[in-house]
Amino acid sequence: MDTGMTFIELDAAAVAFLLIVGFVGGMVSGFIGSGGAFVLTPAMMSLGVPGIVAVASNMCHKFPKALVGAIKRARYGQVDVKLGLYMGASAEIGVLVGAQLQQTIKSRFGEAGSNLYVSAAFVVVLAIVGGFVMRDALRSRRDGNANRPEQAGRLARWVQSIHIPGTMVHFRSIGASVSWLVTVPLGFATGLLAATIAVGGFVGVPSMMYVLGAPSMMASATELVIAFIMGLGGTIKFAWDGFVDVRLAMIILAGSLFGIQLGAIGTTYVKPYMIKLVMGTIMLTVLASRAFVIPVYLSELGLIAALPASTAAILKVVSFVIMVLALVIGAGMVLWALAKGMGEHRRGIREARHDAPAPAD
Amino acid sequence: MPLSAPARAWLRMIALGATSALLYALLFWNEATVLELSRRGHGWFVVPVAIAFVFSLVHGAFTGLFWDVLGIKARK
Repeated sequence: MDTGMTFIELDAAAVAFLLIVGFVGGMVSGFIGSGGAFVLTPAMMSLGVPGIVAVASNMCHKFPKALVGAIKRARYGQVDVKLGLYMGASAEIGVLVGAQLQQTIKSRFGEAGSNLYVSAAFVVVLAIVGGFVMRDALRSRRDGNANRPEQAGRLARWVQSIHIPGTMVHFRSIGASVSWLVTVPLGFATGLLAATIAVGGFVGVPSMMYVLGAPSMMASATELVIAFIMGLGGTIKFAWDGFVDVRLAMIILAGSLFGIQLGAIGTTYVKPYMIKLVMGTIMLTVLASRAFVIPVYLSELGLIAALPASTAAILKVVSFVIMVLALVIGAGMVLWALAKGMGEHRRGIREARHDAPAPAD
Repeated sequence: MPLSAPARAWLRMIALGATSALLYALLFWNEATVLELSRRGHGWFVVPVAIAFVFSLVHGAFTGLFWDVLGIKARK
């Protein structure tokens, strides 16, 4: 089958742009387990890449990136492969349903309807989950819980107490058995969100932390296994239809693999609340970015008075800039945390050497 | 004289970096063919998927060592 799809010509500026966006996105993914994808697709489209090719190529860079990140973090003992496989399998179904839902909305309500649906999903998920994650991160920091091991919350303890015979699975990260009847809907929601806003981790990671009771370090690392499964499945689906521009995917991958290693290393120097703080900050900044485009889609659907074309164009640009800013702020926080953690660690080693008794003659 | 551990790490990093660069060069030298095969879809889905796996293996190992030899290592 030849799709007749045009793949764009690449120049040096486009390659440099994709490398940088890939690097920044990779760093965030290595740290919080997801992120970056919500900027990559529009970034590719801004270069003239057709929407479906941008989505497909993003998927094709996502699964090898997640694979490298998952292997790296597994070496630090942070990955629960079994939980990742259970969640990943159901997330794959969520991706397929989500893609179908998107298509249905698009055919019934057009491009503006589809955009409004995506933005509404962004706003609802980011406001509720992002707000909760941020509140939890700030509370851990303020209450001096930062150095204590994370405890499962009330919801997670209740979920762990449910015993449904024949469905219980023991997960290392949780340190308890949980029914797969609970993990399946969580994985499904992760996939559904991934197909809608390209970042399933905004539901996947918090659900593993707050519903299942996994520590944030393990939840963010395990999300990479889920991202690998979703990315591989999505790539096969899009490549089957001939939409993957592997050049774009490999250029982004070139940058993102440098970033993901750095993000993964960063997790070994920080306190768990930092994962939540970075995730919450990114989610709430992206939320602000969507607030600017919702009036545009509402006006396109005729639900509010029509906006002048220039106003709509400005609002879209402002929204995109804030979205890029979300990623840059997240990457900046990761770099700062890494530099601070490494500095403290080296000082600690120097002081320990200094305090050690001199060897006897 | 046997090489020291840091020297061996540098050599490995350079070798992996060169292999990664070669893979990228091969991809772009054969750009037209690769895109043509990708565009066909169906069973040809293996082309982008296989390329992604190979690149992740080589480039992933290179980037890991890159930060390592620069002294940016995980806390033990």
